[in-house]
Amino acid sequence: MSKNKETQEKEIGKEMVLKVSDIDPKFKYEMSKISGAEKVMLCFQCGTCTADCPIARFDDFYRPRKLIRMTQLGLKEKLLSNDAIWLCSTCSTCIDHCPQDVGIASIVRILQNLTAKERGIPTVYEELASIILKTGYAYMIPESRLKKREEEGLPSLPKAKLENLAKLFDATGLSKIFEKEMT
Amino acid sequence: MPESKYLIFLGCVIPYRVSSYEISARKVLDKLGVELVEMPEFNCCGFPLDPINHDMMLTLAAQNLCLAEQQNLNIMVLCNGCFGTLNHVNKELKEDKKIREEVNGYLKEIGMQFKGTITVKHLIHVLAQDVGFEKIKETVKKPLNQLRLAQHIGCHVVRPRKVVGFDDPENPLTLKNLIAVTGAKCLDYMDETECCGNPTSSVNSEIPLQLAREKLDHIRAVGAQALITVCPFCHMMYDLQQTRIERKFNEKFRIPVLHYPQLLGLAMDMSSDELALKDLRVDASELVSVL
Repeated sequence: MSKNKETQEKEIGKEMVLKVSDIDPKFKYEMSKISGAEKVMLCFQCGTCTADCPIARFDDFYRPRKLIRMTQLGLKEKLLSNDAIWLCSTCSTCIDHCPQDVGIASIVRILQNLTAKERGIPTVYEELASIILKTGYAYMIPESRLKKREEEGLPSLPKAKLENLAKLFDATGLSKIFEKEMT
Repeated sequence: MPESKYLIFLGCVIPYRVSSYEISARKVLDKLGVELVEMPEFNCCGFPLDPINHDMMLTLAAQNLCLAEQQNLNIMVLCNGCFGTLNHVNKELKEDKKIREEVNGYLKEIGMQFKGTITVKHLIHVLAQDVGFEKIKETVKKPLNQLRLAQHIGCHVVRPRKVVGFDDPENPLTLKNLIAVTGAKCLDYMDETECCGNPTSSVNSEIPLQLAREKLDHIRAVGAQALITVCPFCHMMYDLQQTRIERKFNEKFRIPVLHYPQLLGLAMDMSSDELALKDLRVDASELVSVL
C-alpha cells in the first residue's frame, strides 16, 4: 500500500515537470484560428472560471483554468489524452463570468472535438451517434412509450428522414470519426 | 406571423421519459389561446453531438430551423437544451456569413438552405412575453396562496448572457414572476442559478448526483414545499433521480418537482389527472391535497 503511494507521488512529481519535448509551440496559434477559440491568448489565469464551475467543485481533475493554460503552453498531447475534458456540463457560467471574455466552454468543446478527430470518442458518444443515425432521436424511444402517447391523446411523434441524416453524417465528417471508432 | 401560433419542438427527452411536461404544457397553452402546430419532420436538436463534432451540431440544428422556415412559423421549445442549441445556432447563422455558408454547404447535400426567417422561443418566453402576465392572471381560477415554492430555471434558457439576452442569468426573475402569478410564494435559496449537472451524467454519474443533492438540500433548508422546473432534463435530475440521491447520501428529501405548466394548470383549476401529476416519481398528492 505504502509502496503504491510512493509510486503515485513519484508519478505526480513527474507530471509537474514539463519537458520541452512535451510542448507544441504552434498549438496556441492553431487553436486561436478556430472559431470560438480566438481569444485563448487573452486568458490571464485569474481562475474565475474554475472557482465558479459546478463540475470543478465536485471533481479533483476538471480545472478549466488549467486547460486554458495548457493550451497556451502547447501541451496538446496531455490535453488530448485528458479524460477530464469530457466532464463539462455546458452550463456556460465560465463564459458569462470570464473578465477577459475568453469563451472558456467553447475552447473546452473545441478540445473535445479535436480529441474526437485525432484520438477517438468515449463509448457513450458512439452509442449516442448511432441511435441518432438510426432513429433521428438521441434516445431509443420504446414502443410502449409510443403506445402510451396514443392512450394519453398526444399526437404521434414526427419522424426524421433517415437518409438525410446519413448524408449529413458523411458531409460533416462525423461518419469518419465514427468509423474509426468502430474498427 | 401571428404571435399565438408556434411550431412545437419536443426534442428527445420529453417523448423518451417526461411526457407529463408535454401533456401539461399543451393543456395550459390551449387554455391561453396559444395554437401549436406539430413539427412535420424532426431530428435531435444537435446538442448531444456538439462535444464530438461541432459542424454536425450546427447542421442538425439548422435542419430543424429550415423545417420551421418552410412552415413559416416560429419555434416554441419546452426543453432548455434544445432551446439553447436552436436559438444559438439560429442567431449565429443569421449573423455570421462564413458559418452560414459552411452550414448551407452541408445542407445542400439534402436540398435545404438556411434563410434566417424565423425565431426560436422557450415556453417561458411565450408565456412571459407573448401571452403576458395579465392574460395568465385572468385564467387563474384557484390562486395557490398557501404554497411556498422554489424555482430552478436551468442554464440554457438564460446563459450565455450574450447569446440569450433574456432575463438576468445571475438573478433570473421570469420564472419567479410566473410562479407568483399563480398566487404561490417563490422563495430564494442558496445557489439558485446552479446547473443541474445532467449533461455530465453521460460520462460521470457521480458529480451530477452530488450537485442535485446540494440543490435539494438548499431548497429544503428554506422550507419550500416543491421545486418548479421548465426543462425535462433538469426535471429528471431532481424528480427521477431523487430516490437514488436519497439512498446514496442517506437523506430524506421527498420534495415534489413540478413542471411549471403543471403548477399553472392547478391554478387554472385543472385536475391532477389532466396535468399528469401521477407521472411524477416523487409523490405530489399531499401537496395538491392542501389546495
